[in-house]
Amino acid sequence: MTAYTGTRHLVRLILRRDRVVLPIWVLLLAVLPASYAGAYAELYPTAAERAAYLAGTASNPSIVALLGPVYGDSIGALTVQRAGLLALIAGLASVLTVVRHTRTEEEAGRRELLGATVLGRYAGLTAALLVTYAANVLLGLLVAAGLVAAGLPGAGSVLFGAGVALTGIVFATVGGLTAQLTESAAGARGIGLGVLGLAFVLRLGGDAGASGGTGGSAEWLSWLSPLGWAARGRAYADERWWVLLLPVLFSVLVALVAYPVSVRRDLGAGVLPSRLGPATAGAGLAGPIGLAWRLHRGQLLGWTVGFGLLGLVLGGAADAAGQAVEGNQQLAEILSRLGGSSALAEAYLGGTLSLTGLAAAGYGIQAALRARAEEVAGRAEPLLATAVSRSRWLVAHLIFALLGPAVVLAVAGLATGLAYGLSVGDVGRELPRLLGAGLAQVPAAWVLAGLAALLVGWLPRLSGVAWAVLAACLLLGQLGAVLKLNQWALNLSPFTHTPQVLSPDWSVTPLLALSALTAALLALSLKTFQTRNIPTP
Amino acid sequence: METPIEVSGLVKTFGRTRALDGLDLTVRTGEVHGFLGPNGAGKSTTIRALLGLLRTDAGVVRLLGGDPWRDAVALHRRLAYVPGDVTLWPNLSGGEVIDLLGRMRGGLDPARRAELLDSFELDPRKKGRAYSKGNRQKVGLVAALASDAELLILDEPTSGLDPLMEEVFQSWVRRAKADGRTVLLSSHILAEVEALCDRVTIIRNGRDVETGTLTELRHLRRTSIEAELTGPADGLGQLAGVHDLRVDGHRVRFDVENAALDAALRKLTDIGVRSLVSQPPTLEQLFLRHYQADQVRS
Repeated sequence: MTAYTGTRHLVRLILRRDRVVLPIWVLLLAVLPASYAGAYAELYPTAAERAAYLAGTASNPSIVALLGPVYGDSIGALTVQRAGLLALIAGLASVLTVVRHTRTEEEAGRRELLGATVLGRYAGLTAALLVTYAANVLLGLLVAAGLVAAGLPGAGSVLFGAGVALTGIVFATVGGLTAQLTESAAGARGIGLGVLGLAFVLRLGGDAGASGGTGGSAEWLSWLSPLGWAARGRAYADERWWVLLLPVLFSVLVALVAYPVSVRRDLGAGVLPSRLGPATAGAGLAGPIGLAWRLHRGQLLGWTVGFGLLGLVLGGAADAAGQAVEGNQQLAEILSRLGGSSALAEAYLGGTLSLTGLAAAGYGIQAALRARAEEVAGRAEPLLATAVSRSRWLVAHLIFALLGPAVVLAVAGLATGLAYGLSVGDVGRELPRLLGAGLAQVPAAWVLAGLAALLVGWLPRLSGVAWAVLAACLLLGQLGAVLKLNQWALNLSPFTHTPQVLSPDWSVTPLLALSALTAALLALSLKTFQTRNIPTP
Repeated sequence: METPIEVSGLVKTFGRTRALDGLDLTVRTGEVHGFLGPNGAGKSTTIRALLGLLRTDAGVVRLLGGDPWRDAVALHRRLAYVPGDVTLWPNLSGGEVIDLLGRMRGGLDPARRAELLDSFELDPRKKGRAYSKGNRQKVGLVAALASDAELLILDEPTSGLDPLMEEVFQSWVRRAKADGRTVLLSSHILAEVEALCDRVTIIRNGRDVETGTLTELRHLRRTSIEAELTGPADGLGQLAGVHDLRVDGHRVRFDVENAALDAALRKLTDIGVRSLVSQPPTLEQLFLRHYQADQVRS
């Protein structure tokens, strides 16, 4: 067993490094299913109401495509469907965790440091897999415990928890394999997430033709996708425990490939050859903006495609969501007081677009903080020693922090408008309206990007605080009304001020005010960046 | 013509640490100036102040006749800088980085670029993440040496280069000097400075402790000798210029000033030599010897 020597130490190292991140994602995901179960029990207490919900919403093709099939109208079955994306998120977290502790370490050269100590050939991969497997098992246990605590039957709860955990384990193993393939961690992540995306598209395609629990003609596609397996255990219906064998077998197969590959290659090398670049720079790579384009374009493309797909799915589901709410007397009354029953779908669209705005703000923050990352990595110094002013260098990054969110929100608005327009048969009207609604989110997202920029200039060591502010805005938006917070507290979030462009009367003033605030933040950012030490460690 | 680099009384503090403590440094036009000091002495901090990247707390810094903080962009057009640890963008090829830096500096000489790539044996098509430490350093050097900058600021540029490439580097610095360019070469390797520099400034704990031509700094140039003799090492300790003599049976170890080297070797061969290793002392050893005493006294 010398190949595994040192695994224990590496496990402890990973646990030490991830002592914050790992518990957070496990706990956040673990509470979701139980809270869905509680919400269903409250919203649809009777079997008749649930049957209506099942007929009206849960078996709606676009909902089934997005979340997965539903087997029956029990609270458990509805909860399992509603938590359908849980497996996807667990898979995502697992791929990222495994790559982070394998290929990223190797690329950074830290593995070499450890590799020179008493460490078996398999120790690195095994430690990363063990930790991620354990996190998924813990997640599964917590999910099951939470569902039992919410009053659902034990068998179904365990089956669903196991399904989620095993899906995470499948993608952890996939991450372990992709980490062997490329030299760069970004490449390994890309391939891993690509596999995850493919699995999602397969499941989406397989479930799209289905409605409710009756599989469509293409259901075999869902059986090909690891993301389709968790639901197909039919928890809380006629439990099919043998389905759990699929992820186990798949993981074993992937591991059987990953392990031999991991020892047949050199440290630092990948299986796929790294491509050579051009020997000379193209005409575009001539200054800070050309460089920033090279550094940001991959992310811009990724976010644009992601927001486009998201918009299509959300827009496509809007009409159905509106009808579903209409079926629920109580909820419809609440919503109609807010905007009239005709505006139900639009209230849904407004809500989802505001979440999209928050995500776009996250992108803006990420792009602004890229400047700080460049500085810390030592890549700003040689550029600032050329005939490039500090302002030009910082502005080049900030352009992407501003244009990026605007572009992706425009795309999200267009995609939502297209899909919604098609479903209600009026693209000509809905497309421009929803484009407008998407763009209305831009100034609020800019404020957060501007704040991140100010931190980069003024308090670089604290620039990560921008993420905390984003989290606070998310909480204010999601929980503010529920917790009946003071209006002044809600007003702290720029997103509170974004007008509901889809409702007939709205004012452009807050958008101008938010834009002016952004301009002030950016001006301060550039000014403070002008006078500080570079690099500030 | 103005003096390329003029620093006097420079003070820079980071929190409680006094990184630079009244540093003076003058580099004259057309010379290769060694900036010598152990790790952590303040060489990189000085260079960053020269580049206008750090705010100084006191003292005067003049770069090419201007104020490096205020006139950074205009001055940077006339200089090229290689940091001690070149970091590259993982997804850009070495050639792209060379061209990018060159263009941002105001152009580079394509013929010289090709010649540099050839002599440094650098493949410009590799991506940043694929280069070793030494090759990343070469990317920075090619970008700087291919420019027409009148002042080259090189911060420990040869760290990670093998001895062969070190030779190549030295020939290019000599060529830069022949072209009339001024070079500030920071280093902690005495031999490198000896091979290239007209004048040297030695820095320790943020302060210049000595500056002058190599001849003026001759007292620093010693050789460490380790020998196994056939007889007892009598009389070695009495020789002028022999320091730190340690005798262990027939084995001796000592440092000798280069002026007294001939006499010391004669003495050794008189006794009879079984084996002999001689090497230049490390800078740290020199510093220990020369400046620790000063510090204790002051």
